[in-house]
Amino acid sequence: MPVERFEGVHLGRTPEEVEEEVERGVLLTTLDRAVGWARKQSMWPATFGLACCAIEMMSSGAGQYDLSRWGMELFRASPRQSDLLIVSGRVSQKMAPPLRRIYDQMPEPRWVIAMGVCASAGGMFTNYAIVQGVDTIVPVDVYVPGCPPKPEMLMFGILKLQEKVRTSEPFR
Amino acid sequence: MNLDALAGRIGERVPDVLVARGEVTAVVEREQLLETLAWLRDQPDVALDFLSSVTATHWPDVDPAFWVDYELRSFPHKHRARVKLGLSEGDAHVPSVTPLFPTADWHERETFDFYGIVFDGHPDLTRILLPDDWEGYPLRKDESLGGVPTWFHGVTMPPVDERGMA
Amino acid sequence: MGEAPEMTTALDAAGLRDPATDELRQETMIINMGPQHPSTHGVLRLVLELDGETVIRCKPVIGYLHTGIEKNTEYRTWMQGVTYVTRADYLSPFFNELAYCLGVERLLGVEAPERATLIRILVCELNRITSHLVWLATSGLELGAVSVMLYGFREREVIMEIFEAITGLRMNHAYIRIGGVVMDLPDEGPRKIRSLLDLLPGRIDEYETLLHDNPIWRERNEGVGVLTTERALALGVTGPALRATGIGADLRKDIPYCAYESFDFEVPVRTEGDAYARYVVRLAEMRESLKIAGQALERIEETPGPVMIDDPKVGWPPRLSVGPDGIGNDPEYLRHIMEESMEALIHHFKMVTQGVEVPAGEVFSAVESPRGELGYLIVSDGGHRPYRVKIRDPSFVNLQALPALIEGYLVADTVASVASLDPVLGGVDR
Repeated sequence: MPVERFEGVHLGRTPEEVEEEVERGVLLTTLDRAVGWARKQSMWPATFGLACCAIEMMSSGAGQYDLSRWGMELFRASPRQSDLLIVSGRVSQKMAPPLRRIYDQMPEPRWVIAMGVCASAGGMFTNYAIVQGVDTIVPVDVYVPGCPPKPEMLMFGILKLQEKVRTSEPFR
Repeated sequence: MNLDALAGRIGERVPDVLVARGEVTAVVEREQLLETLAWLRDQPDVALDFLSSVTATHWPDVDPAFWVDYELRSFPHKHRARVKLGLSEGDAHVPSVTPLFPTADWHERETFDFYGIVFDGHPDLTRILLPDDWEGYPLRKDESLGGVPTWFHGVTMPPVDERGMA
Repeated sequence: MGEAPEMTTALDAAGLRDPATDELRQETMIINMGPQHPSTHGVLRLVLELDGETVIRCKPVIGYLHTGIEKNTEYRTWMQGVTYVTRADYLSPFFNELAYCLGVERLLGVEAPERATLIRILVCELNRITSHLVWLATSGLELGAVSVMLYGFREREVIMEIFEAITGLRMNHAYIRIGGVVMDLPDEGPRKIRSLLDLLPGRIDEYETLLHDNPIWRERNEGVGVLTTERALALGVTGPALRATGIGADLRKDIPYCAYESFDFEVPVRTEGDAYARYVVRLAEMRESLKIAGQALERIEETPGPVMIDDPKVGWPPRLSVGPDGIGNDPEYLRHIMEESMEALIHHFKMVTQGVEVPAGEVFSAVESPRGELGYLIVSDGGHRPYRVKIRDPSFVNLQALPALIEGYLVADTVASVASLDPVLGGVDR
């Protein structure tokens, strides 16, 4: 099977980048921390359920794996009122322009979770019809693998995103 | 009606009938398609009054290259049959069966979308599943699967149809 | 016309009065619903032409979830086709797998062992219940009954746990494979299924108490989206939508597959053809599925035996079970191929990478999925890969009937009609 290798592609983060991130967390002011805490506690996801992952997303919002423990039970239909876009499911070529339009309609600060392997990287469908990873269309903050990811996996991804939101500088 | 009786009955109208794997298949010519389907529907003991599916298959190295396939089902008698016809590569036209079976509407649009077979007399023959400005007919055998190489850390793997595995 | 004089001049100034007839001009409005919409049951786009609140014309636009599953199966082995096909109609994955595997087995001329057939029926009927529960939950949510959403998913979680215990996954299982099922029921499986069978009838009674005579539910569903029998048959509608118009056509009874002819169940039928009738039919179907599942479980316990066919050219080689490493590799089998027999190792390798070789031919195999007749046209050219797999999905065909359900009703009834038709866009677009 032909395989292509690239020289010099490094993976992970360098020690300098890690230090930079620690400093960023330390240098946040109290106001920054308060804003970050408030933002992460009450995120409103936009309904963007596409395929099988959408069913698992609905299951995470339902009674057993309750997303409202983290303030997310209110899925807003309008992207103008939401700040989190969980792209759950396979994005076809026809759906890509609406996806970008929905993302553009969201006010800042906004975050994107690519739920499932189809949204992260095209999944098992490396073909003409599926966009190979939504990060070719919108900037993604957290990738949650799985086909479909169990609700616990999605919740882990959401918690990671909340960590990121809490420690980021709010007024860029 | 059991399989052989059904095949015999259909054979009174269509000479090319085959029974295999528990199914009856009749092969017709394009010109006789509509009258054959109407006859199959109207005979009270055959009564194939429900069209389940319309699709096509592409055999690039043989002639006819496209085989259009109509799956029929009978509600009163609870049996099934299939009607097939072949089209050659440069002449991929077939009369639409929407006058007889309105359900064929979207099936024929999908077959046009995937293979480029034109259904004459269809009310609205446009692309249905692919974007409206898509070029090409993806399910033909000479179109590739598409897809991009998969990136791992510093390594890529080509898409499925280019991997050279049996 | 009886308007105040100031009003008359304003309307004239705005050009809204037709000088010929002295009537106010009216225009229809074309609005777009979807593809991202909370109530369209997926990425369905409806282009509606409205006269006020009444829908005059409706054009569904689909294809926003087109995945190219049919083309993908042509480049993978027969066994890998199961994992592709199971994601088409993602709310009824077992039905997809069952129809595909029945078709391939018919091409091969083999039959799955009896225990495997009974397990297939059991999981399929449980899948029918989960699919109807998702339909009930999402329909309720779209019509405003938010608690129904939570109750539906609560019941579904119980069945999801059973699926996870049996197959290892909650959704998209790839459990039913060519030649049987891949793994036998776990030890705690029958106990869990029995407690589910005790739990669910009471819960379905709760839904009926909540919704059946609920004035809001009845108002929104009765007389909405009426489908007559002739139109349904002409448009190719099957499944609960057809059975709500008066025809009791069900593939499990008409053209039985697996062992359905030996099971005792009924096919619920209603005659009104509106959304409320479809709701009643689906709730009744859930109860019938529970009956079938109970009978299947009893028969499974009386039928020991293999769950995968013995034929070495067909059956999936590893005999999976929960081994000491917890990940499903039977230790006896591993010992056999790694230490005892080189031929077994080579055979395992060939079967897993190349897979079955299916003789040339074509079959159309159909099952009764929760939405209607799910058919697979499978064409083989005699190799290790499918030549063509065409999925005749019931939602694709039922959605053609949507304009007939929506035109002439109000916009708010559109939501109720789409919900009652239960389209799953994964199956529509494939």
